[in-house]
Amino acid sequence: MARSVSNRAKALNTAVAGTLGFLMFFPILWIIVLSFKTEEDAIRAPLEVLFNSGWTLESFFTVQERSDYFKHFSNSVIISLGSTFLGLLIAVPAAWAMAFVPAKHTKNVLMWMLSTKMLPPVGVLVPIYLIFRDYGLLDTRIGLVFVLMMMNLPIIIWMLYTYFKEIPGEILEAARMDGASLREEILYVLTPMAIPGMASTVLLNIILAWNEAFWTLNLTAAKAAPLTAFIASYSSPEGLFYAKLSAASIMAIAPILIMGWFSQKQLVRGLTFGAVK
Amino acid sequence: MISPSVILLLGWMIIPLSLTIYFSFLRYNLITPTGNPFVGWENYYWFLTDPSFKAAMINTLVMVGGILLITVIGGIGFALLLDRPMWGQGIIRIMVIAPFFVMPTVSALVWKNMFMNPVNGIFGRIATGLGFEPIDFMGQIPLLSIVLIVSWMWLPFATLILFTAMQSLDQEQLEAAEMDGAGWTSRFIFIVLPHLARAITVVILIQTIFLLSIFAEILVTTNGGPGTASTNLTYLIYVSSLLQFDVGMGSAGGVIAIILANIVAIFLMRMIGKNLDA
Amino acid sequence: MKLKSALIGASALVSLATTAALADEITVATVNNADMIVMQKLAPKWEEATGHTINWVVLEENILRQRTTQDIATNGGSFDIIFIGAYEAPIWGANGWLTSLNDFADDSDYDLNDIFQLVRNGLSADGNLYGVPLYSETSFTFYRTDIFEAAGLEAPTEQITYTELRDNYIAKVHDPDNGIFGTCQRGKAGWGENMAFVGPLANAFGARWFDEEWQPQLDSPEWHAAVNYYVDLMNAYGPPGATANGHNENRALFKDGKCATWVDATSAANDVRNPNTSSVADVTDFFQAPKQVTDKGTGWFWSWALAIPASSQKADIAKDFLKWGTSKEYFEMVGESEGWVAVPSGTRASVADDPRYLEAAPFSTTIKEAIFAADPADPTLLPVPYTGIQFVAIPEFQGIGNYVGQQVSAALAGQQSVEEALTNSQQFAVREMTKAGYIE
Repeated sequence: MARSVSNRAKALNTAVAGTLGFLMFFPILWIIVLSFKTEEDAIRAPLEVLFNSGWTLESFFTVQERSDYFKHFSNSVIISLGSTFLGLLIAVPAAWAMAFVPAKHTKNVLMWMLSTKMLPPVGVLVPIYLIFRDYGLLDTRIGLVFVLMMMNLPIIIWMLYTYFKEIPGEILEAARMDGASLREEILYVLTPMAIPGMASTVLLNIILAWNEAFWTLNLTAAKAAPLTAFIASYSSPEGLFYAKLSAASIMAIAPILIMGWFSQKQLVRGLTFGAVK
Repeated sequence: MISPSVILLLGWMIIPLSLTIYFSFLRYNLITPTGNPFVGWENYYWFLTDPSFKAAMINTLVMVGGILLITVIGGIGFALLLDRPMWGQGIIRIMVIAPFFVMPTVSALVWKNMFMNPVNGIFGRIATGLGFEPIDFMGQIPLLSIVLIVSWMWLPFATLILFTAMQSLDQEQLEAAEMDGAGWTSRFIFIVLPHLARAITVVILIQTIFLLSIFAEILVTTNGGPGTASTNLTYLIYVSSLLQFDVGMGSAGGVIAIILANIVAIFLMRMIGKNLDA
Repeated sequence: MKLKSALIGASALVSLATTAALADEITVATVNNADMIVMQKLAPKWEEATGHTINWVVLEENILRQRTTQDIATNGGSFDIIFIGAYEAPIWGANGWLTSLNDFADDSDYDLNDIFQLVRNGLSADGNLYGVPLYSETSFTFYRTDIFEAAGLEAPTEQITYTELRDNYIAKVHDPDNGIFGTCQRGKAGWGENMAFVGPLANAFGARWFDEEWQPQLDSPEWHAAVNYYVDLMNAYGPPGATANGHNENRALFKDGKCATWVDATSAANDVRNPNTSSVADVTDFFQAPKQVTDKGTGWFWSWALAIPASSQKADIAKDFLKWGTSKEYFEMVGESEGWVAVPSGTRASVADDPRYLEAAPFSTTIKEAIFAADPADPTLLPVPYTGIQFVAIPEFQGIGNYVGQQVSAALAGQQSVEEALTNSQQFAVREMTKAGYIE
């Protein structure tokens, strides 16, 4: 029996899912609307905001004038890309070895790695701060790249491990029988098969690094401050601030939101943590 | 080939950790630089007898538990819903997933100000418009408010994973069950849920890792208050070590939190390990 | 030929090197308050004049305080200039964390003595000056003349009591159905937030933080009376969600016309009376902060000042900016570009007496008198071992004040009784003071 679905059922599904989806999305939509309003309009009643007020770019200009968006933006890009790719560099060999040359303790090592992520960052802030001070890493992008890489390394390793595990060992054996060297094996056999998994690992880690707000706030001052610090200066100022906060928020989340949307398929396909079999 | 990552992670763990343990035995207050004498277990005594400690433990559990409950149930709901035939599924899916990309600080600020503020927020406006007393979210139901905000951010993640898992569900099996006269509920309980079990464990594991250290959301909304109503363990350590600048006591709190996190970790790993072995 | 080009190259290098040495970058950490944002806006003039550039770190007050304390206490050196308050300056100065600014006295153009003695004293420790003020403030009562008039009320000319304020004024103008709340007061927890209001209120009720032996006094009947007054007042006449409202939130509410009265910082007066930024500029006036059983310590004293961490490598450039940002010319510049009503208040005699300022801000004499009336050295009815009106000038106060602030806000939110809040506060204060070795 092929599944034939009546248009009525389909319409009902669309209506329910559409409404719920809209509600989930509404907060983001709302700050987009408010960011194009004046401060006075932004605190009026919602219906008045929508239908009875003008549109303006004023808030964006004010925000840009007060805090240099592009500096923060480029710091965010460097830090999130840097930490992700550095992490990948270290994680790929580890995950490869765990997946294809499992030892007795592989599983335990993996679990231990994940457990390091459960340590509360606040508990080790002062030691890290002192170490960073001594090595001149405070307020440097390289310092943040390192910290965020360490924060996300367990997740990267685990994700890669689950993807690698799904690659059937027979293929590798066949390649080896055909005389492929280890390098060729990784390059021509393993990599193409692992690309979807690596892509989603990269995406997820860029998102996590972009949004990380504890270390980025506490270890930077001005030079290396990313967009999380940019937002922190709009959190509770004197006077009306909804429009400025909205504009700053949109500026801070737009790049990652757009990236997320475009790569959504990729992310969905890969984001399984080996959960789908 | 594992060794670089193991060494790095070991270093990352051990160096700050040993410093934290060391500090936890000192009288070390940042704002009173009077040398840092060794004080034994004093800091642990002060931290464990801190009246906020018990509240923070309970709040942490409620927060993690509440958010997991909402996101897992909501995620299953969304996954089932999105799996049905409909028009414009791509766009709807994008809308559902979008909150996951939003910075925690931004979403907390937006919810706090634009929605939950009883005077100018949308909820307040609606309540006033309908003639009700607006709810003072951050004052009356701070913990629930934070649970809701964080759930909004993590529901997309749960949905993503569970939805992906749904798609690999064997439709023929479902149809066969339907032909055999199995109702919707029994099909859900006996076929869908077991199929999702692995995905659910993964959602729980990953989210627990992140939810145990919820911090930014509390910092920008309630500051842990009123009183200690929304202080979790992470925030309590923050209060000790960075608001009272008592690094000694904060470190003791850090060590305690690390021990507790490890207990949770062992527990979770057992559960996941069993489920992931296949 | 070769030699010549080499020489040119070398001299070019040298000149490059010298300009590089001359033009430097400094990092300034500041609060996102209106006056600081104006300074940020005007700073390019200093940058042009000197060739140096400034990296601004603008943060919300609580986060700023945490970040700067953490950095300065660990000698991190991330900041060259920081904004600090009257609480931090003497304590940090005494710790050796700040660069002494005593040499400012030698600069006749800067005219250090033009800055009020009281303000300078508040920023000094052991006779050394550690910060120069951008503005200083006490607290007084903001009220809406139009609302008072409509209710047939006349503003008091003498200092009234808190009971009178509530019964004779707030109760009569409270009109929530029309979006007017009788009073807006700080409810957000924090020693610099709700306790800045509750502290002087407690002083007025005759309470004190510690007795002469440093024994905490938070469970005294006076504290009970004060906090009960506060909670009852806010529940009856305050806006909803008051526990989330700090100074900035209340200022926004007041400027938006939602509050009839507000006891808060005099430094907000220029902003509230500025028609460009406020919808109630023409209908706001001020009277003294109320008293109760005593008039001692009823208005707080605070100043926001610029200081240089001892860990800064660029103290000379930083000093140059400090002088610029608190000079007579700077206030003049703010007057020209933002209007004289927006000039930061309460620090320089020459500004306070400037006819342009007096004309634009007729309330400024009230402010000046109120500031002079504040006496941090004698803040309470009963004798105390500390100085400070809304704070206690010891390092441990920050933690205690924050904790008490949390407890009071929980009482305000109705999550616990005032009784419980003060019992907890007392216990915590005893713990902290024992830990710090003040008491056995």
